[in-house]
Amino acid sequence: MEGFPILTTMLLVPLIAAIACFFVNAQTARLLALGATLIDLALGIALWLAYDIGGAQWQFTEVADVFAGFEYRLGIDGIALMLIMLSVFLMPICILASWDAISKRVGEYMAAFLIMETLMIGVFAAQDLFLFYIFFEAGLIPMYLIIGIWGGADRIYASFKFFLYTLIGSVLMLVAMLWMVNVAGTSYIPTLMQYDFAPEAQTWLWLAFFASFAVKVPMWPVHTWLPAAHVQAPTAGSVILAGVLLKLGGYGFIRFSLPMFPEASAQFVPLIFVLSVIAVIYTSLVALVQEDMKKLIAYSSVAHMAIVTAALFAFNVQGLEGAMVMMLSHGLVSGALFLCVGVIYDRLHTREISRYGGLAINMPRYALFFLLFTMASIGLPGTSGFIAEFLSLTGTYQVSSTVTLFLTTGIILGAGYMLYLYRRVVFGVQVHEDAAAMTDLNAREWAILAPIAAAVLWMGVYPESFLAPMRADIAALEARLARAAPAGDAHLNAGEPRAEAANALAGEHEGEGEH
Amino acid sequence: MELHSSLTLVLPEIVIAISALLLVLVTAYVGDKTARLVSILAATTLGTAAVMVAPALFEGAAGPDTVAFNGQFYADSFASFAKILIYLAAIACLLIAPSFFNRLSAFKPEYPVLILLATLGMSVMVSAGDLITLYIGLELNSLAAYVLASFLRNDTRSAEAGLKYFVLGALASGILLYGMSLVYGFTGTTSFEGVRAALTGEMSTGALFGVIFVLAGLAFKISAVPFHMWTPDVYEGAPTPVTTFFATAPKVAAIALTARVTLDAFGNQADAWRQIVIFAALASIVLGALGAIGQNNLKRLLAYSSINNVGFILIGLAAATVAGLGAMLTYLAIYVVMSLGSFVALLMLRDAEGVPLETFDDIAGLSTTRPAIAWCLLLLMFSLAGIPPLLGFWGKFVVFQAAVEADLVVLAAIGIAASVIGAFYYIKFVKVMFFDDAVDRVQGKSDAGHWVLLVLSAVIISPLGYLAMRWLGGLTDNAAAALFLAS
Repeated sequence: MEGFPILTTMLLVPLIAAIACFFVNAQTARLLALGATLIDLALGIALWLAYDIGGAQWQFTEVADVFAGFEYRLGIDGIALMLIMLSVFLMPICILASWDAISKRVGEYMAAFLIMETLMIGVFAAQDLFLFYIFFEAGLIPMYLIIGIWGGADRIYASFKFFLYTLIGSVLMLVAMLWMVNVAGTSYIPTLMQYDFAPEAQTWLWLAFFASFAVKVPMWPVHTWLPAAHVQAPTAGSVILAGVLLKLGGYGFIRFSLPMFPEASAQFVPLIFVLSVIAVIYTSLVALVQEDMKKLIAYSSVAHMAIVTAALFAFNVQGLEGAMVMMLSHGLVSGALFLCVGVIYDRLHTREISRYGGLAINMPRYALFFLLFTMASIGLPGTSGFIAEFLSLTGTYQVSSTVTLFLTTGIILGAGYMLYLYRRVVFGVQVHEDAAAMTDLNAREWAILAPIAAAVLWMGVYPESFLAPMRADIAALEARLARAAPAGDAHLNAGEPRAEAANALAGEHEGEGEH
Repeated sequence: MELHSSLTLVLPEIVIAISALLLVLVTAYVGDKTARLVSILAATTLGTAAVMVAPALFEGAAGPDTVAFNGQFYADSFASFAKILIYLAAIACLLIAPSFFNRLSAFKPEYPVLILLATLGMSVMVSAGDLITLYIGLELNSLAAYVLASFLRNDTRSAEAGLKYFVLGALASGILLYGMSLVYGFTGTTSFEGVRAALTGEMSTGALFGVIFVLAGLAFKISAVPFHMWTPDVYEGAPTPVTTFFATAPKVAAIALTARVTLDAFGNQADAWRQIVIFAALASIVLGALGAIGQNNLKRLLAYSSINNVGFILIGLAAATVAGLGAMLTYLAIYVVMSLGSFVALLMLRDAEGVPLETFDDIAGLSTTRPAIAWCLLLLMFSLAGIPPLLGFWGKFVVFQAAVEADLVVLAAIGIAASVIGAFYYIKFVKVMFFDDAVDRVQGKSDAGHWVLLVLSAVIISPLGYLAMRWLGGLTDNAAAALFLAS
């Protein structure tokens, strides 16, 4: 393993397959895409196994001196490792989910997804600020095409909104990056993470980065592109969008905003908390009244990602771990929910909730999977969602019990809209004949849903596997943030210790004194 | 001895001049059937000239050895860089022309001759070390360009374009001359070196007016807002190969000239002209973007796109540093490739009879009927919009980096935010080709030469181009340093 450029290989495999996809027929393109994504998954597993927990902070580093102005530097820490795993895990599933659903321009579709995979791995593996930016921004092109070419009826509006919203956010970040590199004299991310910018400058830099990441996450009130994009995107597009692209925002906060601008981050904690609380409550309520399944899940994504942002800005280990687990968990669960919608959409070609009902009767296996993911989304103990929410809320509670109170209502509301959705789609009587005639999961759909279900349960029962690689990095981040961490609002005062134990009996006391 | 070394330095220009004159004679005596031969000879001439100026660029020629005719003419690596770009662009414009004009039986040998003369003018422009040399080069280029714009004599749009270009161009030349005479009057010299020496410290109002008028005249030539109005009309009316030429070679020449005038002759008054350049830059970015949104004609759209791009280039000039100038040159080189590629793709859009197609309606759904052209155009459009990982991003990146390093953070922030407006119409271009239903109007086979140029430009602006950026950056740094050394 030593010396083998595994990260570059992971970037090149999908890229080469993508170029090949342009020149082959539909079925070959599907097989090629599946093959390439599976190779990347295998490489990802190898990466995870070879990752030395407790070893160097940055592992698998690669440097190639080929560019002007920035360097080709790759390397990962535990946080990046987990997010790369999420990407390579979801990718073959996306390809399988599009197997039959996409019938026009298959080669180009597969190419777009494979390029997307290259770019996502690149974002998480980049160790140079500008290299990161290039990967980060380049993702717009394939996603724009995926929504625009293979999307639903209103795809053009959605694709424009997606593109322009995210572009305007990130160009301001570029100016901030140029300034930082000019001042710090390096674009090497690990150095910048330890560089102390002047606090006044940090405010501006933080805001510029916030403009980009807040749109990506997305935070209220700049979330409106997300429901539009989700509803119009094909199923696999939604999975990638919810599963990985939204995580770029969270990753940005944890990799850039927090360690590079700790003072400014502390300064803006109230802003983040207010926006997160509004997002949790408002989007949960909006989700309650949705008639479109994908839109409902899209709004639930905004609510869940708001918990991520609040937990990140709790400045403590629980909050940071909770945010990371929430991102991983949400990546799996919301991806799975979109796939569940896709399964029935492929059969009936409508996302309207009222067109379904009583699916538990004719699709019992589907109903089971859907139930598992619904429960995971709500945060039932035993699923990944519980670990995520529990850690996140524990983290925020240490900083602000009021904010945590409001965030927790999100879980209740989440249970409300998810169970309400589940009841309307899966339970009840079968009103529509066509919905009642739908067949249960086929082998391909089993292959899509079962791995995610396993991962969700794994993360719910034994999260240590996922937390262990990140522990050292999160501890380092917490240490970096300690000087700016906001004081909690609990103000616990240790009382005077009593002379004797509370349950001590007067008689025993006397008896003891006798001898 | 002085004369001899001067003549050696202007040898490339002499070669072009003699070749142009000889080819005029051939044209006059033999007639239209030599068009192809004259084109080949003209391209060969330009290729030879490019090889002749190349050593100056690669050796980083600068300083007194590069000055000819007592400061009238600089043959430094800065001029050399611009000349190579100009010659290559002109050769490309010679290559793409025959198939366009042949359909109208309008392929005449005057076309290559005029391109040669215009190129000669541009050569003189970028090497000018004196206001008089500047004006001679500029007019030689402009007069040839006016004729080229109306090259399709029977086409009213082409004739209109030529006339418009001529009237407005003459006005701009007048403004420029007026500015030059003011500068001469207040400094007592026409040489850049002399002007630079005279314009130190506090500037008199008259000299300031001179500077402003000179800049206004030059702004017309680079089609920067507020002197951009001619661009969409001329670009639309002129025959497409000529438009391609206008969008590339003269742009390089005019921008290089502007850089030399501002940084050399007016180099000590950077604070005086910087605000003008900043205004022109931001106004060009914004108006270039907004103007393009409503356009249905693709040539007009690309005209606005060129205005928009000039705005970004001027941001590098506003920095007034070596890095800023180097960034400008890098951007120019990338811009020339993108422009060439886009116009070549446009030339390839023809219906079954060979009639050029120029509107959005014609290219709807192009990606299903002609995927190769559509994908190349997609790359070019995203590159023009400055979306990474395409090379257009690198152009913007270096320019904004130079601006930030020169403490123009606010300018950089506004400029880059305004670039998002521009992104709108570039992605609309992609939307029409990729998302809309196919109309299948684009028919017919394209020239092999067109394919070569299109694929070549697509490969250059693809991420592969980044591998060449270190090399290009080295060349532009040399060139930029030479200009600052000369001043």
